[in-house]
Amino acid sequence: MSAFLLRRFGQAVLLLLIVSMIGFAILHLAPGGPMSQFAAGGEMSQEDLDRIAEQLGLNRPLPVQYAEWLWRMLSGDWGRSYRDGQPVTAIIGSHVGATLQLMATSTLLAMLIGAWIGIVGAIRRYSLFDSLATVGAMVALSIPTFWFGLVVIYVFSVWLGWLPSGNRYTIGDGSLINQIHHMIGPVMVLALVSTAVWSRYMRSSMLEVVNQDYIRTARAKGLSQRSILIRHALRNALLPMITITGLHVPTLLSGALVTETVFTWPGMGRLFLDSISYRDYPVVMGILMFSAVLVLIGSLAADLLYGAADPRIARSG
Amino acid sequence: MTDRNRDQSLGWRRRDMLALGLLAGSGTLVGRNGQSIAQTKPATAPAKPRGQVVAGISQEPTVFNPLMPGSEVDQGVWWQIFSPLWYIDPMGRFVPDLAREVPSVSNGGLSADGLTWKIRLRSDAKWHDGTPFTAEDVKYTLELINTPGFRVRNRIGHNLVRDIVIVAPDEIHWRMESAYSPYLSILALTFMVPRHVLAKAEDPNTATFNNRPIGTGPFRWGERVAGDHLLLHAIGSYHGTGPHLERVVFKYIPDLTALYTQFRTGQVDYLGIGGIPAHFAREAEGLKGRRISRSPTPFVEHIALNLEFAPFADKAVREALYLAMDKQARIDGIYYGLPVATESFLPRESWAFEPGLPVHKHDPARANALLDAAGWVRGANGIREKGGVRLSFANSTTTGNPGREQSQQLLQQDWLAIGAEMKISNMPAAVIWGDFWQKSKFESVAVGSNFMIGNDPDVTPRFSSKAIPARQGAGLNTYQYQNAEIDRLLALGASQFDQQERKATYSRIQRLIREDLILLPVYQSVMAEGLKDGLNGFAPNINCSSNCWNMRDWFWAA
Repeated sequence: MSAFLLRRFGQAVLLLLIVSMIGFAILHLAPGGPMSQFAAGGEMSQEDLDRIAEQLGLNRPLPVQYAEWLWRMLSGDWGRSYRDGQPVTAIIGSHVGATLQLMATSTLLAMLIGAWIGIVGAIRRYSLFDSLATVGAMVALSIPTFWFGLVVIYVFSVWLGWLPSGNRYTIGDGSLINQIHHMIGPVMVLALVSTAVWSRYMRSSMLEVVNQDYIRTARAKGLSQRSILIRHALRNALLPMITITGLHVPTLLSGALVTETVFTWPGMGRLFLDSISYRDYPVVMGILMFSAVLVLIGSLAADLLYGAADPRIARSG
Repeated sequence: MTDRNRDQSLGWRRRDMLALGLLAGSGTLVGRNGQSIAQTKPATAPAKPRGQVVAGISQEPTVFNPLMPGSEVDQGVWWQIFSPLWYIDPMGRFVPDLAREVPSVSNGGLSADGLTWKIRLRSDAKWHDGTPFTAEDVKYTLELINTPGFRVRNRIGHNLVRDIVIVAPDEIHWRMESAYSPYLSILALTFMVPRHVLAKAEDPNTATFNNRPIGTGPFRWGERVAGDHLLLHAIGSYHGTGPHLERVVFKYIPDLTALYTQFRTGQVDYLGIGGIPAHFAREAEGLKGRRISRSPTPFVEHIALNLEFAPFADKAVREALYLAMDKQARIDGIYYGLPVATESFLPRESWAFEPGLPVHKHDPARANALLDAAGWVRGANGIREKGGVRLSFANSTTTGNPGREQSQQLLQQDWLAIGAEMKISNMPAAVIWGDFWQKSKFESVAVGSNFMIGNDPDVTPRFSSKAIPARQGAGLNTYQYQNAEIDRLLALGASQFDQQERKATYSRIQRLIREDLILLPVYQSVMAEGLKDGLNGFAPNINCSSNCWNMRDWFWAA
C-alpha cells in the first residue's frame, strides 16, 4: 500500500512539474501581457510602464521568470495578483467556496436523480419510461448551457419573478433561505446536464450487471427482485461510478464557467476567465496548479476507493 | 404616453440632464417610457443616511489606491472614499472640497506668473480613522506621486511641483517649475492619501492600505468580496454635505446582458459606468419604475492613423478615407442613434470645444476625385496604388466589441468603394493596448479616447512631437504626429491662465487637427445609464471620471 502511494506521489510531482512548465510557457508566449491593463488607460508614459514591468519582473528572460515562480511556489508563496495585489491563495480561497456550494449541490442532486433514472431505465429496459429518459438525456446533453441559463432567467426571473436573476445572495441578507433562493436557477441548469450524464452512466453500468451469471443465480435461488436489485446488482453497478465520481471531483472546485457568468456567480470559472483576460499570470498559474492537484487527488481517491470497494482488484499495477 | 413624448425623451441633451441632476433634490426626474415627470411632491434628502444603492458595473474595481493606475470603475469607487482639494461640477466650475477655496490670481492663491501656488485647507476634515486631515497629507501625496519607485498613474503636472512648504496645518505653498494652467484640473482629479497610514508602509506599492483604504470621502470601506461586490458605509462626520445613503454597493456583473437583466428585475438600482448596451437602450426607456439618462462621455470614437505608415503620410488619402466614411450609418444602424457625430477630439460640453469646425459629409465621389488627383490609380483588382505602394492597410480593435466589429465591416465596404482595402485584424485587449498601440506598431486602430486631462483641453501628451512613445519613450502620441505649429500652440495654451485666451488657442489646435485629419473623428460617446425611480441626486458630470462622483448627494425618495 505504501509503495503504491509512494509511486503515485512521485508520478504526481512529475506531472505537476510538466503541467506547470507547459502552462507557464503557453501563458507567457501568448500575445499581449499584463502591461496592457496599465497602457490601456492612456495616461502612463512608456517610462512608467517600463518601470512597472521591471517591478513585476516581466522583463526578465522566461526561464528565469519560471524558475523564480517555481521557487516561490515551492516555498508556499503563490504570488500576488497583478490586478489588486492580493495573494493568489487568498483570491482562490475567496472563490472556491462559491463554486463548491454550487457544484456540490448540483452534482449531488444530479447523482441522486440520475442514478434513479438510470436504475429504473435499466430494469425496465425499452419501456416508455426508458425511452423518455433516453430522449430526455439526449436533449439535455444537446442544450447549450448558456442558452438554458438565459431561458431559466427569462422565465423564472423576468417573466414570473419567482427567482433572482443572478448573484450568490442579496447583499445585506446572507441568510440560508436567501442563498438557497439564489441557488435554484444555476443549480437547475447545472443539474440538468449532469443528471443526463449520470443517468446514462448508471443505466449502462446497471445493464451490464443485470445480465451477469450471478444475478441469474440469485434469481434461481428464489431471491426477491428487491433483494437482487439492492444486494447484488446495485452494489456491483456502483463500482464504475466510483471512478467517475473521483474524476468528477476537480470540476466540483474548478467551476462552471458559463453558468457562473450567466448567473453572476462569483466562482472559480469566472475568476479564471477574468484572470486570463487581464493576463493575470500569478492567478492563472495558481488556478492551473490548484486544478491539476485536484485532478491527481481525485484519480488517486478513485483508485483507493475502487480497491476498497472491490477486494479482487489488486494494486500491483 | 405618445410617440412624441418618447421622441422628446430621446432628444434629451446634456444641459437638460444637468438641469435634471441639479434639480434632482427638488424632485424632477426622467420617468419611465421616456416621459419627463415632475413629481407632485418635491423629494428631499433624509436627515440621516437611509437605505442602500446597488450600482451594477461590468468591470471589477480592483485598484483602491487613488494614485495608482486605475480604470473609470476604480475611479467611481475613489470618489466615495477619497476627496480631492477641489472638484469640477457638471457646469465646469471648480468647487472647493478639502481646500477652503480654489486658488486664483484674484484670491491670491496663484501668483500672476502662475508659478506660486498657495492653498488654504479646511480644518474640519478628518480621515476615516478620526485623524485630522492637514497640509502634511497634501505634501505627502504630491511627494509620493513624484517618488520614482512608486507605481503612479500619471505624473503630468505634478512633476513641475517644487519647494513644497507647510505654512500651517491648514495652509501649504509650492512653486511650479514652469507655469502650467492644466494643473488646476489635474488636482481636481487627484485624491489625497493619508500620510499617517501610507508613510508607515515599507513599500507603498504593496501597502495594506491599497486593499483597505482610508480616505476623507463620504463613505468608508466596508467589505470586498473579490469577483462579486464592494460594500461601502456612510461616514457620519463627513466634512461636506451628505451622505444620504447608508450603504453603497458596487456589484460586479461582467456579462452585459446579465447586468441589464438584473437592472430589469430590480436587483441593480443604478446601471452606469459602461452603461446599458445600445441595443437595450430603447427597451430600457420603456421599463416600469426605471428611468434612463443619456449621459454624454468625454470619449471620442475615432480611427487612429499611424502617420509613419506610408499610405497615411499622404494627406489626400486621409481626407478621402474621411469623406468615404458613412458616419451616420454607423451611429444609427449600430448604435441606435445614441452617440453624437463630432469633428473635434474634445467633447461638446468642454468650455474649449470649437463648434465651427468643418462638418463631415459622406461624399464618395469627392473622395475618388481626391485620390485620382493625388495620383492613386486603381490596379487590376480595383485597389489603388501609387509609386508601388498599395492603398491597403489593417484596422484593429479589441476583440469582443460587437459595435466596433460591425463598424469595421461598414468601413470596409465604404473604403473598398473608393479603392482602399481595409483588412480587419482584431486582438484581445491584453494584446492591442500593449506595445502594439503604445509603440505605434499598428496601421490603423478603431478606438475611443478621452483626450482631456480632467476637464482641461491640454492635449500635449497626445499631439506634441515630443510625446511620441515610439521615438522618445514618453507620451501618448501614438499617431506619430509632428507639427511645429501645434507644438507652439500646445506650449502656449498650457502657460495661459485666462480662459478666453486659452479657448482661442485650443480652438486653433482643434482646427489644425481637423484639417490634418491625423485621426478620423466619428462620434462622441453617449452612455445610457439606468436608475430606479425614486433614486434622486444623480447628476452626470463629464468633468469627473465617473458619474458616481456625487453619490454623497444620492438619496431615495421617502
